[in-house]
Amino acid sequence: MKAGFLPKLLLSPSAFLVLICVYGYIMFTVYLSFTTSTMLPAYDLVGPASYQRLVGMYNWQVSVANLAIFAVLFIGIAGTLGLTLAILIDQKIRAENAFRSIFLYPMALSLIVTGTAWKWLLDPGVGLEHSLRSLGWESFRFGWIKTSELAIYCVVIAAVWQTTGFVMAMFLAGLRGIDSEQVNAARVDGARASQIYRRVIIPQLGPIVVSAFVILAHMAIKSYDLVVALTNGGPGRSTWLPSVFMYQYTFTRNEMAIGAASSVLMLLVIGAIVLPYGLREMRAARDA
Amino acid sequence: MPDMHVAAGAIAPIGHGSTTGVDVERIALYGLLGVMALLFLMPVYVMVVNSLKPLDEIRTGNLLAFPHHWTIQPWLTAWSTAQIGVQPTGLRPYFINSFLLVVPAVTISTLLGALNGYILTQFRFRGSHLLFAAILFSVFIPFQIVLIPMAMTLGLLRLAGTVTGLVFVNVVYGIGFTTLFFRNYYAAFPVELIRSARIDGAGFFSVLGRVLLPNSAPIIIVTVIWQFTSVWNEFLFAASFSDFSSFPITVALNNLVNSSTGVKEYNVHFAGALVAGLPTLMVYLLSGKYFVRGLMAGSVKG
Repeated sequence: MKAGFLPKLLLSPSAFLVLICVYGYIMFTVYLSFTTSTMLPAYDLVGPASYQRLVGMYNWQVSVANLAIFAVLFIGIAGTLGLTLAILIDQKIRAENAFRSIFLYPMALSLIVTGTAWKWLLDPGVGLEHSLRSLGWESFRFGWIKTSELAIYCVVIAAVWQTTGFVMAMFLAGLRGIDSEQVNAARVDGARASQIYRRVIIPQLGPIVVSAFVILAHMAIKSYDLVVALTNGGPGRSTWLPSVFMYQYTFTRNEMAIGAASSVLMLLVIGAIVLPYGLREMRAARDA
Repeated sequence: MPDMHVAAGAIAPIGHGSTTGVDVERIALYGLLGVMALLFLMPVYVMVVNSLKPLDEIRTGNLLAFPHHWTIQPWLTAWSTAQIGVQPTGLRPYFINSFLLVVPAVTISTLLGALNGYILTQFRFRGSHLLFAAILFSVFIPFQIVLIPMAMTLGLLRLAGTVTGLVFVNVVYGIGFTTLFFRNYYAAFPVELIRSARIDGAGFFSVLGRVLLPNSAPIIIVTVIWQFTSVWNEFLFAASFSDFSSFPITVALNNLVNSSTGVKEYNVHFAGALVAGLPTLMVYLLSGKYFVRGLMAGSVKG
């Protein structure tokens, strides 16, 4: 039905809010990144000076390097572990619902909650190191969270724990939708289970691998809560991510133009990952 | 183990091409799943047992042990006397703030999502596809990109540092998800039902109120659960736009754990974390199916 006046009128508040508070604000932030804004916004355009300063900043380089380590490990481990759990659960096991619920429940919790749990678990003075030593394993050492070069791996551990169940649920939905004829044909031909998975089933999960990658990559770039709760960026600045950098420079260091520039770079990277995927999905939906 | 896994099924019986060694494989399978399950349960187990111990038992003992002396004192402290703001109020006022935030934010964003989904699927107008794509992409953006202008807007509207301001922000950035959920649901809605209602003279609101909404229970549940979990757990906006009078529970918990001076009361921190986590955990346990469905449909949240 062609839209009359009323439908358009009722859609307009949402459309207006999204256009202003998403796209208008993006343009405003892009504009600020080309100014000399410090504590308050300034409106003098000075070109890409903020970006030149930003990429030369040690704190930004640390944040980007951390994000690279974090994203690669987080996506790789959560993806692999999620697929493995999905395959294990797909073996007609008993208590399937119980196992699924256990692997997925961290997704229902705030990252501040799980960050608190992991913060003390990984803390050598009270957590696993202290506990295993008090049980008699005197030489046990696990102090990564207090070590600058290793603390980022603690963020990976907690993030993998939080998200793996979700990846599992995605892959499990994919496994349940697989063409059973090919699987049966392979089995009749005498293929082993591992061969069936490697040659027949996993290749059919391609679209889910792509979706999972896009979702995990975008989660990694947006990660903020977990770092704040787990390490608060420390020790020192060793677990800063671009999200932490942006917040610090904008709100506590009064470098608004630098903060704006850093958020623009975050948006560009997410856009480069999400837009091709989104366009392809939309084209597929239209052709279907 | 009985041979239930050899039952007929789509791709069920792979994993045991031969009959020998089946039991060993099954035992290994359950063993592996069991170990993984324990690893996944461990952090919550640690939170629960240590929230019921006196502090010196944590310092001298170990985090994995059961309490010797059971006590609910850490819960009482976390709830009503821990120092978070200026006053030693515990988490209670912030827990209440979270409810004052979540109830209107979830209600408004769900209603707008239903309305938008209805209009975007049942009416044709120029630019509707582009508008939907624009709404859809909005759920992917890193919210850092809107923090500065949103802070200025809330200041102009005199909503900075208020729960109302946080309701506004969570509604604005929740519309993308709720619209997506309802649009996909209504796109698959039987056309005949709507057409026959229109032939009977139903107008814009009757179609929505008498035909669509009464048949929308599943998607309403999915949306409410999704929004409840996201808004309750939200931290970035809350940390940026609230103050001591309007902190939601996530910010209060983070302050409790990270800014405590002097003795670190681990047991109180664990009890506080459980207080903050219980509402969403309850929702998850009571409605796991709908939670997973929302997760699958809106799996873009960071």
